Amino acid sequence: MSETITKDGQEFEVVWKKPNLQKKDMHYCPGCAHGTLEKLIQEVIDEKGIQDRVIGVAPVGCAVFAYDYINCDMQEAAHGRACALATGIARVLPDKAVFTIQGDGDLASIGLAETLHACNRGENIAIFFYNNAIYGMTGGQMAPTTLPGQVTASSPDGRDCKLSGMPLKVADIVKEFDGTCYVTRQAANNAVNVRKLKKAIEKAIDNSLNKRGTSFVELVGNCPSGWKMTPVDSYKWWEENMLKFYPLGDLKTEGGIK
Amino acid sequence: MAEKYLMKGNEALAEAAIRAGIDGYFGYPITPQSEVLEYFSKWLPRKGIAYVQAESEVSAINMVYGAGACGKRIMTTTSSPGFSLMQEGVSYIACAQIPCVLVNVQRGGPGLGTIQPSQGDYFQATKGGGHGDYRLIVLTPNSVQEQADMVYKAFDLSEKYLNPVLILSDGALGQMMETVEFRDDYKKPAFDATWASNGGVAKRGKPVQITSLFIEPERMEAKNNELQAKYKLIEENEVDYELYHMEDAELGFIAYGLSSRIAKKAVDLAREQGLKIGLIRPKTVWPFPAKIIKEYSKKVKAYMSIEMSVGQMIEDVKLAVECKIPVEHYGKTGGIVLSTDEIIAKAKKMIGK
Ligand SMILES: Cc1ncc(C[n+]2csc(CCOP(=O)(O)OP(=O)(O)O)c2C)c(N)n1
Ligand code: SF4
Ligand SMILES: [Mg+2]
Repeated sequence: MSETITKDGQEFEVVWKKPNLQKKDMHYCPGCAHGTLEKLIQEVIDEKGIQDRVIGVAPVGCAVFAYDYINCDMQEAAHGRACALATGIARVLPDKAVFTIQGDGDLASIGLAETLHACNRGENIAIFFYNNAIYGMTGGQMAPTTLPGQVTASSPDGRDCKLSGMPLKVADIVKEFDGTCYVTRQAANNAVNVRKLKKAIEKAIDNSLNKRGTSFVELVGNCPSGWKMTPVDSYKWWEENMLKFYPLGDLKTEGGIK
Repeated sequence: MAEKYLMKGNEALAEAAIRAGIDGYFGYPITPQSEVLEYFSKWLPRKGIAYVQAESEVSAINMVYGAGACGKRIMTTTSSPGFSLMQEGVSYIACAQIPCVLVNVQRGGPGLGTIQPSQGDYFQATKGGGHGDYRLIVLTPNSVQEQADMVYKAFDLSEKYLNPVLILSDGALGQMMETVEFRDDYKKPAFDATWASNGGVAKRGKPVQITSLFIEPERMEAKNNELQAKYKLIEENEVDYELYHMEDAELGFIAYGLSSRIAKKAVDLAREQGLKIGLIRPKTVWPFPAKIIKEYSKKVKAYMSIEMSVGQMIEDVKLAVECKIPVEHYGKTGGIVLSTDEIIAKAKKMIGK
């Protein structure tokens, strides 16, 4: 990438450009990493020059308005059904890259069946899974991914795993499927991790374009509002609790049904 | 002259969809509909057309949503319990105005019910089923031939109005074998899919957003007004029905689908006995042929709504006649076949003969 611009008779190399997001203010709470994910997806679309070759699916959850930000054709699914929509799109438009953005309530609870089966069929889609261990949009209730002992609006005494089971680690499940070609867990809590997350998004979109199977990119995220914390405290809790329970890194880098 | 085939209703429906240019099918097995899925599972992959046996009807309808929103000709088929499961998706599809064809090969309910034929899903088909103020266009075949013919019509209407179209069939029509001809004159009408999410942002200058979410009250109301205006247009233009011996009838039968065949037979038998009975057969139950039913209510003494249910369509008949003449119901449930003898006995009572 050696694009240059000329200013005052001098040539400069472009090292960073504002992503070509739609001109709309994001609605996310201060300190929330949802916006980072969408910005990075846009950067990848811009850099690959594939605006016309990408179709996205927004979830029901805080990312519901992703179609107002990301600058490509998008569809808004019912709660949990994003992977079914993505399947429909990918099957009739096989030359497009198709991605979903889904929260943990959307993907791991109400839409678990759709998610697992899309992964198992090896749909040529990229799933971006925003796991903040809580139902952000509805005011901070317990999710299937809520940590043991974590206090939420619907687990006021902390998640009791005897009653609610252990947090579901979806990435660990889908990595076992032949259909997935790439399963990774990333975060966005610091600049290094944001760069790694972007690489993962690039790879996932590339896999979808090249029909290599399902890519599952989990972003272990935060939710200052749902966690009832300041943005600063939420970063601390994110690092000390979330990243311990959901360790980062690639779980699988090759696969897909041959 | 097209060739004649001996086929099951379910197979005729699938074959017609292929000839109508289907681009994708998503379904889930359920009796008495499974032959449609099986037929597609054989032919669509061979022709390079999208086909997925989904993990549930919930998924199937949402695959329809995704693929239909790309501007393609998409279909799903199911039977009653499966159609109940699809209602969430149907509501989203109706609001987002995605063209697609849905088929309910009805079986008896409520609950898991029976695999026998039924017309117990009339309310669900015509009054909503899912949440919110929406309508499906509902076509009601009564023969294997119409199981085929109405598929072309369903695709065309769904694209004309950007609205889901339901073919409301039943287990008997799906399973019975009759001869069928497939039209060889069919040409897909021109279809402008610039609204569809199929890439092409650069050409359009802006991305497409397929959504059913309208947080601002004014926008939600505007969307509802837009939908209602469209439904009004459909009501004005797309009502379809058949009249049988209504010219001098004292009593009118109203029946659709399989029931209309038995009702027709009952008309013939009754006329042999000198009873002046006719039949109005709705070929669309939404929009409902209320106008013609009202018109004939000035001539007939009464109507009998004949349905394989405890009486659902009868409510629309009553609304159509505005309480001016008596309307009674005859029906059976559980898959028990309607009896022409019982129909005629009831008819005699109604007209005092
Ligand atoms: C069928 C249905 N059930 C429930 C809801 C309410 N609802 C909206 S968002 C949501 C959970 C969102 O949580 P998550 O998917 O984790 O996304 P987040 O907001 O945390 O990013 C729920 C339960 C709904 N919209 N539809
Ligand atoms: S509720 Fe949570 S997930 Fe939603 S925008 Fe606010 S901080 Fe982010
Ligand atoms: Mg969440």
